[in-house]
Amino acid sequence: MEQVEPISASRAPTILYTIAALVSLAGLADATYLTVQYLTGETAVCGGSWDCFKVLGSVYAHIGRIPIAGLGVIGYFSVFSFATFAAFGYARARRFFGWLVCAMFTVTLWFLFVQFFLLHAFCRYCLFSAAIVFLLMGLVVARPASD
Amino acid sequence: MKRYLPFIIVAVVGLATLGSGIALYRAKRPPALTISSDQAAARGKTAESLHIRGPANAPVTLEEYGDFQCPPCGLLAGPIKQLEKDYDRHLRVIFHHFPLINHQHAREAACAAEAAGLQGHFWDMHDLLYREQTVWSKAADVRPLFNAYAGILGLNVERFKKDIDSENVKARVTADQKQGSALGIQNTPTIFLNNHAVDPTALNPANLRAAVDAAVKAKPSS
Repeated sequence: MEQVEPISASRAPTILYTIAALVSLAGLADATYLTVQYLTGETAVCGGSWDCFKVLGSVYAHIGRIPIAGLGVIGYFSVFSFATFAAFGYARARRFFGWLVCAMFTVTLWFLFVQFFLLHAFCRYCLFSAAIVFLLMGLVVARPASD
Repeated sequence: MKRYLPFIIVAVVGLATLGSGIALYRAKRPPALTISSDQAAARGKTAESLHIRGPANAPVTLEEYGDFQCPPCGLLAGPIKQLEKDYDRHLRVIFHHFPLINHQHAREAACAAEAAGLQGHFWDMHDLLYREQTVWSKAADVRPLFNAYAGILGLNVERFKKDIDSENVKARVTADQKQGSALGIQNTPTIFLNNHAVDPTALNPANLRAAVDAAVKAKPSS
């Protein structure tokens, strides 16, 4: 990746990407937890929240044998990586960060639709992840136009 | 140094995620439950009080600790019944109650099945409760529905109403629950095939069929 000139005029972008990196860590922890739940079979049995089972045990929670939460781990880790590099001034990382968050925002809207209108159940872990993505989207929107 | 710092940060976070994921997986992975020969023998002495469907000399026994309000149990009820038909004399099924406290009506449903059992219709009520799970699970008061189910099954409804609240029925449900807890059961459904618990990740119709099929082939009937 190319390294850009240090931004001396304002530290705002650095702070913004640092916040984004920290926020994405919360999403990473959430997605990791859900992936482990899937792999241990916890989402296939009762013992926790009924709503969580309904969402995480549904056909929408995996593609083939790959859990959506596992894709979330990759997504959040990529967001964290791009945000970290962006905070250190890598211009290409800033572009990738923006595109990836927009893609995750779109996917999140789909999953909110699934929970609201198809499953009529809400998993608190999924809603937490949605909140993280909304926050990241807010940071993307708040970025300086030059980014 | 600053040039390498983002790479170091990303690598550290990546490794920390992987490490914590593995640690969490190890901590959460359910233990491989088994019913010991002592436990099986002790239970054999009270076999007449068990809910068994299928031939007594079947080479494969599928034993379920279930909760009538648990959606995964409901999803497996139909496929298990189909397995009973398909494997006929090779398979017998035993059901134990394990109503979870976070399911509001689960214990009452278990008592309803037991009360029906006192009139010789445990399995009919078992099947009906699972089939109608989404209906009664959402009801504020399940008793009128359970009474109606008793009527549908042709039970003596007045006797059913008395039995469902009887100490005998409650004790039976509690005994099953205690037995399950002693085995280390925490979730439902927990299914044993010939005294060995089926991995929770395999608790779906296709994998359960494959597990039963393998058990039948490993223990052909004499």
